Amino acid sequence: MKQWNWRLISTHAILIVGVCFMSLPVWVAFATSTHSAEHILRNGLQFWPGSDFVETYRQVLFVDGGVMKSVLGTTMLKNSLILGIGFAVGKVIISMLAAYAIVYFRFKLAVPLFWVIFMTLLLPLEVRIIPSYEVVAGLGLLDTHVGLIVPLIASATGTFFFRQFFRSVPDELLEAARLDGATAWGFFKDILVPLSKTMIAAILIIMFVVGWNQYLWPLIMTTKEENYTLVIGIKQIYQILAEGGELPQYQKAFALTILATLPPVLVVLVFQNWFVKGLVESEK
Amino acid sequence: MKRVQFEHSAIPYLFVAPQIIIILVFFLWPAAQAIYQSFLLEDAFGLSSQFVWFRNYEDTIFSDSWLQAAGFTIVFSAIVTFLSLALALLLAVKANEVIRGASTYKTTLMWAYAIAPPVAGLMGNLMFNPLIGDMYKFLNAIGWDFDHKLDSFDAGFVVVLISVWKQVSVNFIFFLSGLQGIPKSVNEASMMDCRSPTRRFWTITFPLLAPTTFFLMVINITYAFFETFGIIDTTTRGAPGGATNTLVFKVFQDGFRGADLGGSSAQSVVLMIMVLALTVVQFRFIERKVHY
Repeated sequence: MKQWNWRLISTHAILIVGVCFMSLPVWVAFATSTHSAEHILRNGLQFWPGSDFVETYRQVLFVDGGVMKSVLGTTMLKNSLILGIGFAVGKVIISMLAAYAIVYFRFKLAVPLFWVIFMTLLLPLEVRIIPSYEVVAGLGLLDTHVGLIVPLIASATGTFFFRQFFRSVPDELLEAARLDGATAWGFFKDILVPLSKTMIAAILIIMFVVGWNQYLWPLIMTTKEENYTLVIGIKQIYQILAEGGELPQYQKAFALTILATLPPVLVVLVFQNWFVKGLVESEK
Repeated sequence: MKRVQFEHSAIPYLFVAPQIIIILVFFLWPAAQAIYQSFLLEDAFGLSSQFVWFRNYEDTIFSDSWLQAAGFTIVFSAIVTFLSLALALLLAVKANEVIRGASTYKTTLMWAYAIAPPVAGLMGNLMFNPLIGDMYKFLNAIGWDFDHKLDSFDAGFVVVLISVWKQVSVNFIFFLSGLQGIPKSVNEASMMDCRSPTRRFWTITFPLLAPTTFFLMVINITYAFFETFGIIDTTTRGAPGGATNTLVFKVFQDGFRGADLGGSSAQSVVLMIMVLALTVVQFRFIERKVHY
């Protein structure tokens, strides 16, 4: 029995090292964010929280010029929430509608249109950044929520996911609904949507995280500070730190990373089961 | 396909219209523009342009800086993919073995999924900051003459470490669910036949995980190519001397900073072809998986 015990101990040891590797940087970021700038500069990173928690986060969230030149942390938080929620909701609606048409209707252009949607997998934003920027600028959508969210929501992932799910719905449901005289819209609204509730929740969670974490697109899309999301604020504070100054505000930089991390992490932790299910299912 | 379907002429078009319109305006049109621009050469003021066939491709792709970025991207992607898959697999196998604390381990190993690459980048950047960074001090204290601002190997080390850290959790989630999908009876049968857990893993578990591993490889390569942009942009920015430029970072640098539209578009088109190749590989594989 002794040998078996050693194996168990080594298993736990490996897992604990893994947990430390994954969690320690974030913990250090949090602990350091609660110390004063002088203290950090003198003593380096911190492993235990200090006394400046309230002061730092108040500065970052509520004080004008506390972290960026003119934008408040709360404004960036709001922009991030709009992007995360808008992206998730928009993506679910658009991809459900498209998937419904492709699975439940017989129409001439079904196959070509499916390929058009499929093509988006080949065109990640990174390979079309500059012309995309020009299109959005041409439409006068720079620095708007529409210009920020809409170009992001049309990619194929959501549509594939719902297509897969709708195909697993038994055919008898539609037959029965049609006997009862259901219209195309009625069947969608009254039967398919309620049936997909769990799937919708899972996709909403994943897409919220994906939307919240968008970087490249908001970076080139937003020129005014008031439209910055928290993730874009990260870039800005990087610049401020790189430029230097007499006393680098490391604690504020760390506070910003914590604020940008917290909401998506909470969503993932609270809805862990849906999230894992959605992630694993959607990639199949 | 469904056996029963609606037969309507107009309604399905209404349903797909939102997605198709957005795709036409924000995906296909810009992509076509990128291809078109890759054949144009603009003068210094952007006032006129002329059609130059493949000159932009020749100029950028055979330039030393592009070849350097391509070389770095390939090595970087290979290392990041291998390390993050290996680490995640090890942790998933161990997390699948334990009973006590299983859900705590699972939660604490997967939550980093939700952290944005640039956020991870800035955290890592500060950990390696010469003034305050403990990692910087630690590596120098153990005798590594570490300076990621000057030494290209050290700079590569920093971006690889942060990129792996960010990617382990998503791989962990997939491996763990793959492991949990292996039927109990298979495990029990293999335990009867083979006493060595290591051999059992390599001869039974690992082959059964092959579909997951392959799928994750594609995901991880895509990640290393594209999503690490946020990490590089908040750490090395390609320094020193372009040694940590990935191809995507270079498209961005040349297009926005350098205002070299034709060259940047040509690079974009090359990237499109790479994504196409990856997608073809992925779908070939999925087709095969269906036949299993």
